[in-house]
Amino acid sequence: MEISSSEPFGSTVVPSEAQPASSIGRMRIALIGNPNTGKSTLFNALTGLRQKVGNYSGVTVERIEGKYRSESGTNVAVLDLPGTYSLSATSPDEEIALSVLIGLAPGVPAPDVVVLVLDASNLERNLFLASQVLELGLPVVIALNQVDTAAASGIRVDAVELAMQLGAQVVETVAIRGQGIDVLRRAIERAGDLPLPTRQFRLPEQLFRAVQPVEASLVRAGFHPSTAAMEALRLLAVDPGGHLNGVEGLQVEVERARTTLTQEGFHTRAIEAEVRYGWISEVIAAVVHRFGSAGTTLTDRIDAVILHRVLGPIIFLVLMGLVFQSIFSWAEPIMGAVEAVVGALGAAAAAAIPEGDLQSLVVDGVIAGVGAVVVFVPQIAILFLFIGFLEATGYMARAAFIMDRFMRGVGLHGRSFIPMLSGYACAVPGIMAARTIENPKDRLATIMVVPLMSCSARIPVYTLLIGSFIPPVMIGGFMNLQGLTLLGMYLLGTVAALVVAGIFKKTLLKGPSQPMIMELPPYRLPNLKSLLLGVSQRAGIFLKRAGTIIFALSIVLWALATYPKVEVPAGVTPEAAQELQLAESFLGRAGHAFEPVVEPLGYDWKIGVSIISSFAAREVFVATMGTIYGVGSGEDETSVTLRERLQAETDASGALVYTPLVALSLMVFYVFAMMCISTNAVVVRETGGGLKGLKWAVFQFGWMFALAYGAAFIVYRGGLLLGLAG
Amino acid sequence: MPRTLVSLKPGESARVATVGGDSGASQRLMDLGLIKGTSIKVVRVAPLGDPIEISLRGFMLTLRRTEAEHVVVE
Repeated sequence: MEISSSEPFGSTVVPSEAQPASSIGRMRIALIGNPNTGKSTLFNALTGLRQKVGNYSGVTVERIEGKYRSESGTNVAVLDLPGTYSLSATSPDEEIALSVLIGLAPGVPAPDVVVLVLDASNLERNLFLASQVLELGLPVVIALNQVDTAAASGIRVDAVELAMQLGAQVVETVAIRGQGIDVLRRAIERAGDLPLPTRQFRLPEQLFRAVQPVEASLVRAGFHPSTAAMEALRLLAVDPGGHLNGVEGLQVEVERARTTLTQEGFHTRAIEAEVRYGWISEVIAAVVHRFGSAGTTLTDRIDAVILHRVLGPIIFLVLMGLVFQSIFSWAEPIMGAVEAVVGALGAAAAAAIPEGDLQSLVVDGVIAGVGAVVVFVPQIAILFLFIGFLEATGYMARAAFIMDRFMRGVGLHGRSFIPMLSGYACAVPGIMAARTIENPKDRLATIMVVPLMSCSARIPVYTLLIGSFIPPVMIGGFMNLQGLTLLGMYLLGTVAALVVAGIFKKTLLKGPSQPMIMELPPYRLPNLKSLLLGVSQRAGIFLKRAGTIIFALSIVLWALATYPKVEVPAGVTPEAAQELQLAESFLGRAGHAFEPVVEPLGYDWKIGVSIISSFAAREVFVATMGTIYGVGSGEDETSVTLRERLQAETDASGALVYTPLVALSLMVFYVFAMMCISTNAVVVRETGGGLKGLKWAVFQFGWMFALAYGAAFIVYRGGLLLGLAG
Repeated sequence: MPRTLVSLKPGESARVATVGGDSGASQRLMDLGLIKGTSIKVVRVAPLGDPIEISLRGFMLTLRRTEAEHVVVE
């Protein structure tokens, strides 16, 4: 059943002031709607796979664009605005949505047509946003979505009556099954030729008089009269800011209107909601028909288990364990396969190109650099498949509900939990997952501390050092000291992350705590296409934005380790030649220069070189150790040769370089230090990009280095004082 | 002292009288339809005692006790 309800306009087509967009063969439309209305699914159904994800300039609000060609050949550019409950502009998402719709968002032209997505099963609340959007002086087409879910819960919405009530075309859709999309496209194309929708209710006389001067000052500033009326009503509750900065005399008029209304007994902050919901009650009475009994829904029954006092947290922990397990170990074979392919490519290239600098550049620089980037893709894909699934089914909101009290202890939001948990596997997808946190300060605090969670790249470092220097003695009969040390490293990072987040939230990122006002949407089966599309977008963003930086830096690092060239005396082994080359390279010299810096921590220049090289990625530590101790870069962390070599290493005076204390200090350094180009690149992007993002990334690198240095210093020097040197 | 949303037990219903407190939070609540006269019902409390889940206008909403304290009911 797909009907388009353009009947109310039938023969009275009045040309609007807007140029019919179809005449120039191009149009821009914007999708807006509440969260959980199926808006993104509708967007996917409209545009298919041709989508582009970016950010609005200066803010980390996702900008998703797509396009399609209409039946008549018009090229339609579609912008998917962030899901919002209103245009009150009290959150970054709402501010972006409003300023895009009225054409004031920098770099985003105003749309020719607005597609307003309404959830038929939850129409009442959805109509609040609708009543605001209808006043913006833009052609509007309403997609009445999820009519199937509504019907299943005994709700029928009279689409024809709704079109009459709202003064705009209404198209019934079931986006998840692609129903109603063609009708919607046709309605979009003719929307510009129909009369513009306007406010469908009258303001009480006193209110009408009070807001007049506010409207007038907005009209003088160039706003559409209809938009001015919408803004004026909004401004009774919300202070003018954002896109309204610089409207002359506005603040004064707003204050005057508020004073007048307060004197007349109005509660100014509630006025807009009261008049709009007053009108909405009338619309609901006219268009919503209920049949059948409204007994307990499936969602109620599921929530009785999922949010149960005892079962709820258990289910949550099991699910999180599954997520953790998947990014930690399920991704492993895929990552191994990626590495094998990269290795095979490298071998093929080495065979095809004659030995020399070009071969080294291609194999050790380009191919290894690309490999360092793509190896993260499996973890990103798996994590976002889970997040997408939990988000689409409606569980994510429940997880935040369960975890909120715990996370608030350190000033964070319930939604910070998943990014931090993901950090145990890899900070890159964890930081990308922080996008689900609405409040910018909570999001920043989370991004800042995610890299403190011990990620999988630290495991080779821990394994090598623990295996070489921590004796496998049993403590209390059942705990192995090696295992305890490893556990200690994980705990150290986790506790530090929570403490540092708490400090940031009390100082640098101080602000009113973000309210936990969140909808618990009805449970739904996710749409596989939308899920996979979301995963491929995440991977694409990573490969394009972070990948280019990582790739470039990998080549720089290769050059630093390769030049200047040294004469290798004849007759030495390839391993010894490698050792000699690295020692004399820029990187090796940097290690010598770095020695005074790391000397107080108990390290020599060779450890210095390994640390410098692992600022690219922590796991490089092991390969560099292999090279610099002449056992070859191919040795891994379990290599007996490498371990024996490290244990035997002595300094000029003949004393052992590595003691358990040095190893411990080095591990603590790795717990805290920000050593991962990929994470740096993702932080730049996720904290606003450009110079702003760069500042946050540099700041994060700085404080983490300071923390790492300080902690390693305390461990080593403290240990010496306690007489632990031997 | 006026009765607030916090004093309601799971399963209890009431009508909203006023919504106050932090302007961002109260604005969001009012946009969602929590205004004078709206009928609300407390569905449950989170396992750790906070936040709480309420139903209104046919949907489910969560809010913390600190926010619920500013919702006066009658």
